[in-house]
Amino acid sequence: MVGIYSYGVYIPRYRIKVPEIARVWGGNANDVMRGLGVFEKSVPDLDEDTATIAVEAARAAMRRRTVDPEAIGAIYVGSESHPYAVKPTACTVGEAIGATPNMTAADYEFACKAGTAGIQTCMGMVKSRMIPFGIAIGADVAQGAPGDALEYTAAAGGAAFVIGDENTIAEINETCSFTTDTPDFWRREGQNYPRHGGRFTGDPGYFKHVQGAARLMFEKVGTDPKDYDYAIFHQPNAKFPQRVAKMLGFTEEQIRPGLVVPRLGNTYSGASMIGLAATLDVAKPGDRIFVTSFGSGAGSDAFDITVNDTIDSAEFDRTAAPTVEKLLANPTYLDYALYAKHKGKIVMQK
Amino acid sequence: MSVSRFWRKIPQRYNLVGTQCTTCGRYFFPPRSLCPDCRRDGNIIDHRFNGEGTVVTYTVIRSASDQFEHTTPYVLAIVELDEGPRLTTQVACPPEEVKIGMRVKSIFRRIAADGESGTIHYGTKFVPVE
Amino acid sequence: MRDVAVIGVGCTEFGEHWSTSFRDLFVKAGALALEDAGLSGETLDALYVGNMSAGRFIEQEHIGALIADYAGLATNHTASTRVEAACASGGLAFRQAVTAVASGMEDIVVAAGVEKMTDVGTGASVDMLASAADREWEGFAGATFPGLYAMIATDYMHRYPLTREQLAQVAVKNHENGAKNPIAQFRNRITVDTVLNSSLVADPLRLFDCSPITDGAAAVVVVPLDRAREFTDSPVRVLASAQASDTIALHDRRDISTLDATVAAGKRAFAQSGLAHKDIDLVEVHDCFTIAEICAIEDLGFCKKGEAGRLTAEGATALGGEIPVNTSGGLKACGHPVGATGIKQICEVVTQLRGDAVGRQVDAEVGMTHNVGGTGATVVVHILGA
Repeated sequence: MVGIYSYGVYIPRYRIKVPEIARVWGGNANDVMRGLGVFEKSVPDLDEDTATIAVEAARAAMRRRTVDPEAIGAIYVGSESHPYAVKPTACTVGEAIGATPNMTAADYEFACKAGTAGIQTCMGMVKSRMIPFGIAIGADVAQGAPGDALEYTAAAGGAAFVIGDENTIAEINETCSFTTDTPDFWRREGQNYPRHGGRFTGDPGYFKHVQGAARLMFEKVGTDPKDYDYAIFHQPNAKFPQRVAKMLGFTEEQIRPGLVVPRLGNTYSGASMIGLAATLDVAKPGDRIFVTSFGSGAGSDAFDITVNDTIDSAEFDRTAAPTVEKLLANPTYLDYALYAKHKGKIVMQK
Repeated sequence: MSVSRFWRKIPQRYNLVGTQCTTCGRYFFPPRSLCPDCRRDGNIIDHRFNGEGTVVTYTVIRSASDQFEHTTPYVLAIVELDEGPRLTTQVACPPEEVKIGMRVKSIFRRIAADGESGTIHYGTKFVPVE
Repeated sequence: MRDVAVIGVGCTEFGEHWSTSFRDLFVKAGALALEDAGLSGETLDALYVGNMSAGRFIEQEHIGALIADYAGLATNHTASTRVEAACASGGLAFRQAVTAVASGMEDIVVAAGVEKMTDVGTGASVDMLASAADREWEGFAGATFPGLYAMIATDYMHRYPLTREQLAQVAVKNHENGAKNPIAQFRNRITVDTVLNSSLVADPLRLFDCSPITDGAAAVVVVPLDRAREFTDSPVRVLASAQASDTIALHDRRDISTLDATVAAGKRAFAQSGLAHKDIDLVEVHDCFTIAEICAIEDLGFCKKGEAGRLTAEGATALGGEIPVNTSGGLKACGHPVGATGIKQICEVVTQLRGDAVGRQVDAEVGMTHNVGGTGATVVVHILGA
């Protein structure tokens, strides 16, 4: 049965606190933190980008479980901040994990759900026996326009999921999606920063699609929230996932391990996937997990997952790579000036 | 660095693929196609290194070439891989933390780029082992 | 094999020569050397010119031909060759000239060196100088030339009793000597505090531990010893010419703090000349960085590893000391126009052996020169006698 064979996460060590951003733009730090439920966000080092994050996440997955690199038949990297507009990040990842040349690869873009779209593609290729293993990665060094509300949460990080169909640590019982053409948040080619529709991003964007995909899933598999041990929703801030969880009937306990945004920020294509990884970090065999991602533009991918015994077996070594909690601990804080330098926001002489 | 020159050594730069002379057993990273001891009698094969090693010596670069401008100060070190060979590399840690004898492991990072429109050069740096 | 003698020397002022081009620098030095030798150009059989990187600094290759042309020798179709070994280009050009004369192949030969470095920005020149090291595996990783020598200093100071102050005294002594040298780029005296308060370039090396970026040229004329007296009353004999190589990258060296190529070339030179260390009255070493002078003194065998710092602090290497090192002011005070340095070293030893080193004369009958390429991948050592 197709499912998750291994997973890995990478989060850079630097952070900037929300009050420090508020200080520069004259915002009220307490209002912002209360309104978003986010306290700090991750910042990449000067020599990190989506490709380096994607590689480290994939390597972490490969350290936790032996995967023959030559058996990896596909790699998909989803991001809004691919280092090249033309030249796939997936090729660099393939080379860095030794999977080349007998594989297919491509980069995906679908705002924050590009990574989960990659999971779905790998599922199809593995299930149909086209390939033994596929890797789906969601990674971003997200950009928020200076002084814009999104700057408080746009963060850096990524997760990689190796999809296989035997001896998985967690089976993906079902996946389904809800997709429309909705201009809630976008970035035109050549522009540095995205734009968004303000409050329009809420109900017509996030809530409509997350609920759409979630309800489609309940119908398909005949479940309701109490059948699940954990739930993870896309987390652009802490409020949206908390609210949609309540609307759907999930409890705070169910979403707690997967709610990493307060200390991490929104890692865009990495967001739901890092939330899922954080949940798998603590999950036990038999646990059932509900995931619904969201990407602006817009769409949501839902997954119904059951954890297997293999997660506790000798074949899978969770300790071979850092857990999300370990990656969130002991960060190094930057002030706004260094943050701006790290994020390339300072206009340099070309 | 030119496109083809960078590309030619991608497995070496990304994955620490060096060489070994099976005639005398010596390991080489950076790779060598000719063993300095055995020369034409040496049989050379590829060898992928583990990426773990120790800092032998280091400095903190504060005045860099144009390519690395604005990334200073950074730590440059000679790291001795556990298998024996030594290489020159950056260590991604605060300058105050680097010490001779420090254990380090390899990570994948962006080394440099050919300006704003040229290719990006990825490669291996090292971080302290916790 | 014939004995070889130096019969003429010439050196331009070293410094930032905004108004002087590459070819003008060479012509000046060449003219001074020929004037000193009492020769005119059409008698020259061959020219060997040391130059590291005109291709990058001024986008010009084919230096041998360019120099012959602008020195007025193209009309005679004089043979002219560019010699390159990074910072040892000058010393190697001298060795090529000596070899040509010693073998009997040529009779009257000029060995010269020239570098024009100030037509590019500092960031660009840092990158160009890094090509003396291993571009693929040192430069690509972010190594700079000062960074490589700084790693030697870190290793050295971890293992041997060298203090930061002793290291600084190398620069202080060289400025003291440079103050008395009319061609030196820096004629100012400095103190240990000047060095210790200057900005860090690559820890632990500071600005004043580093030789500067410089324009300059130097030239010498060599002939068979048995013809020397046709031209001069004070020929200087070449007693030894030695060269050695080592790994290009510092990380491949046997011992980071020992330049094995210096050890090898030094031993070869002493063997060729039949002389011992006590016979050497002065030595011009390659102090591209202060730590390089410390290593050079030891690796040439003038003292044991770990002792050169103490010797420097005690004044043993000063003008009045037991073994004067870098009476010219070295690379630190003279400046380091890369290809010219090795020839300038020959000029200084010849000048000292003739008794013409006004203001900085030492009592000398035998002198040694030591020229290094990169972090020690090429070393050229010569011994000259009055």
